[in-house]
Amino acid sequence: MFSNLPLLSLVIWTPIIGGMLVLAIGSKNNIEAKVLALLVSLVTLVLSIPLWTQFDTSLASMQFEELIPWISSFHINYHIAVDGISMPLILLTTFITVIVIIAGWKVITYKTAQYMAAFLILEGLMIGAFASVDAILFYVFWEALLIPMFVIIGIWGGPNRVYATIKFFLYTFLGSVLMLISLLYMYMHAVDVNGVGTFNIQDLHKLPLSLNAQILIFLSFLLAFAVKVPMWPVHTWLPDAHVEAPTGASVILAAIMLKLGGYGFVRFSLPITPDASMTLDWLVILLSLIAIVYIGFVALVQADMKKLIAYSSISHMGFVTLGFFLLWKITDNTGSASGAVLGLEGGMVQMISHGFISAAMFLSVGVLYDRMHSRMIKDYGGVVNTMPAFATFAVFFAMANAGLPGTSGFVGEFMVIMAAFKANFWYAFLAAITLILGAAYTLWMIKRVVFGPIANEQVEHLDDMSGREFFMMLLLAVAVLIIGLYPAPLLEVMHASIDNLVAHISITKIP
Amino acid sequence: MNFVTPDFMPAMPEIFLLSMLCVIMIIDLFLKDESRGATYVLSLIALIATAFLSFSNFSTESITTFNGSFILDPMATILKIAICIIVVGVFIYAKDYLKDRNMYKGEYFTLGLFGVLGMMVMVSAGNFLTVYLGLELLSLSMYAMIAMQRDSIVASEAAMKYFILGAIASGILLYGMSMVYAVTGSLDLATINKAVSGADRVVMSFGLVFIILGVAFKLGAVPFHMWMPDVYHGSPTSVTLYIASAPKIAAFAMMYRLLVDGLAGMQADWQMILIILSVLSMVFGNIVAIAQTNIKRMLAYSTISHVGFIIMGVVAGTQAGYGASMFYAIVYAIMSVAGFGMIVLLSRAGFEAENIEDFKGLNQKSPWFAFVMMAIMFSMAGVPPFLGFWAKITVLQEAVNSGFLWLAIVGVLASVIGAFYYLRVIKAVYFDKLVDETPIQASMDIRLTLSLNGMAILALGLYPTVLITLCITAFTRAI
Repeated sequence: MFSNLPLLSLVIWTPIIGGMLVLAIGSKNNIEAKVLALLVSLVTLVLSIPLWTQFDTSLASMQFEELIPWISSFHINYHIAVDGISMPLILLTTFITVIVIIAGWKVITYKTAQYMAAFLILEGLMIGAFASVDAILFYVFWEALLIPMFVIIGIWGGPNRVYATIKFFLYTFLGSVLMLISLLYMYMHAVDVNGVGTFNIQDLHKLPLSLNAQILIFLSFLLAFAVKVPMWPVHTWLPDAHVEAPTGASVILAAIMLKLGGYGFVRFSLPITPDASMTLDWLVILLSLIAIVYIGFVALVQADMKKLIAYSSISHMGFVTLGFFLLWKITDNTGSASGAVLGLEGGMVQMISHGFISAAMFLSVGVLYDRMHSRMIKDYGGVVNTMPAFATFAVFFAMANAGLPGTSGFVGEFMVIMAAFKANFWYAFLAAITLILGAAYTLWMIKRVVFGPIANEQVEHLDDMSGREFFMMLLLAVAVLIIGLYPAPLLEVMHASIDNLVAHISITKIP
Repeated sequence: MNFVTPDFMPAMPEIFLLSMLCVIMIIDLFLKDESRGATYVLSLIALIATAFLSFSNFSTESITTFNGSFILDPMATILKIAICIIVVGVFIYAKDYLKDRNMYKGEYFTLGLFGVLGMMVMVSAGNFLTVYLGLELLSLSMYAMIAMQRDSIVASEAAMKYFILGAIASGILLYGMSMVYAVTGSLDLATINKAVSGADRVVMSFGLVFIILGVAFKLGAVPFHMWMPDVYHGSPTSVTLYIASAPKIAAFAMMYRLLVDGLAGMQADWQMILIILSVLSMVFGNIVAIAQTNIKRMLAYSTISHVGFIIMGVVAGTQAGYGASMFYAIVYAIMSVAGFGMIVLLSRAGFEAENIEDFKGLNQKSPWFAFVMMAIMFSMAGVPPFLGFWAKITVLQEAVNSGFLWLAIVGVLASVIGAFYYLRVIKAVYFDKLVDETPIQASMDIRLTLSLNGMAILALGLYPTVLITLCITAFTRAI
């Protein structure tokens, strides 16, 4: 499994340096910049594949590890590695970025090179955040990726973009600064194997902390990750950001950036503050159930397709956080932690699956928007008559979003609901409502947009998808089907790491 | 009593700078206006040579000379080099601006160099009188520089305001020093430090309060900040560049010399006062900056908030905390000089790019300088991977380590508020339509220096190790 190449560093830095090259050549030559951007994203995708093929699924420990001292005064290291939790998310990132570059190919005409470069740099930063083993390195990537996203929404967004992007930035910034204080606090107490202070996340996992300290740290983490996921009631930036963002940014936002929040719970909150998580798990479960049910109803009444999908994202991410925090309720109820693995794995699968489905949903809206320049449901109707190929995909992804068996959407939701049953019947009951609600808001939107008689003259003159659009939809559809029909390889990759995590968080850290 | 010749070597950079200054002044007398470039070049050479001399004078030990009134320690050396390099940048940015406004005279450069000399003396001061000497040399130079544009009403007002307030602050500082002298019987900081424990607490406390007041005025900490926005705004930008950058480094050094070298025994007392100054500066500076439309005023309030962070490191009261403060002061000077450099870059004859609106659509005009501006703003806001983030995190780390968790929390929350107005500038640069179509008219040397300055903010942000280590070991090794 060892190769001499610093593979992970390559996956992080290829898109960042490539993005700078795109910027450098891009001021005049749009075509060259676009081709280069596509090449860079493809190279990154190819480079990331060995992370999967050479991954040892029997190990729970970190793999592809790289360690270079960075800031010695504070023992901050450039320390990156992946385990079964982060590796699938990295592959999701490299895959989705290729699609985003293709999606922006024809649509973006203003400052095309800057657009492509921003996405490539964003890709590198997101992978860096997933791969960081050093907490400060994680924080640097986590904050730095706000910059390209801020610029993307602000430059290429809709009419109200400035409001949306500043709201997005400030919300996330506010959420994460307290996490920084927690990290600094833990550095003061943590020691690594050499007996010096450390920001190594694995050492922080072992750090004994009193319950009070844990609760404060947990709350600061909760704020940071809840804003990113986003959980009710700090979700309000997401619909604004999605509505104003260009299609590509919406895709990245929904497919990957939200996952950073979920990833944070698994990497930081649960293992660093297990006792506080146990004490406060009701809070997260409550917020998740509110997100699933209440936001589901909110989605039902949206008139704007992008807003509807944004609310649907919040509702689906509620499943992720619900799955992550069922552990203790299951243990109380059944007396063993084995069922808890189901909830965590369900949450992880849901993250990956939602990455593909939400990307596809936003791309579908993008396809329509590029033709009609409207996101309003009432402006459409009978699209199936003029765009049959598009309608096929739209219906398929809508079904996946509603959790149809055979699609990836079903796997994650089903696992989480199963886990919820083991914890408490009412959790499962409330969570299962979403199967109805999700179907209701998604399919009702599809009914109004795709089916029925042709609504107006503009719809009558729509052209069906181009080869480029067809290609990216097809890629996503294949991914959704593979995970839906045969999720075993994905589960196998995660299994060792999640087992290890559950074993770790079942033990108290109170000294 | 024998007369012993003091060891001049530790003060070599200062002596060299003073000699060069005299030479430059005399040469400048005989120069015609069109050959004024010679003064400019000579000033740059003097600064670079001084920086080099300071570097070759580096000593890991703390050396004192002139009967203890002059200290050469690693902190002094590093800060002197930083001051010289920053002022080199200031002179390069200022040149064209001065030319366009008929202010391209030898006085700007000679006064600037006198100010540098004053700062170097402050940084190396080991005696109340040396501190005061350096401070006044710097302040008088700055008063005169602000007033150089004598037909401008705002500039004269700014100079007048700064002079009167500055004189009062100096008087109060002296008053405090005299109280400490009355109790301890010495002006020498090391001797005072030893005498503090046996001295009368009441008089010492009064002395301490007045001394801190003087320091806070120079730093511009709330509530002694009133002069800053008006002076930053009223001065010609070429002078604002100067007063907003290097003097803050010197003010940090003055704070360190007086409070730690001299009054370390009263740490519990000054910590309390500094905490108040720090919180007020961070919160007030960041909130009021939001309301500004003039970018010079906005940067003045932003400076106030940065000063709060610089003070926070000293509050921590550990060697590493002083190192963090020192790092912050240097980083602040690098960012500040770049920020005002951008204003100079966009200004031209007859036009001052003073308002945030003047930055609208810069990305269409020059993507490169738009990026530099973005780097400066995000750095000031403390967003990684830019340099400002590391300045904030080192100071916060030391505050947390010393048990001031809540102070660190106030600091980060204030910087979230602060992020808003920095974002507003980035919004103007990137998201707004171009209004002023005139191309940038700056000459090549400004463009190059500013690009280097912006790159330094990014590159040092990616690899801050050397600078952080230098600053922190400057304190841990010296003592």
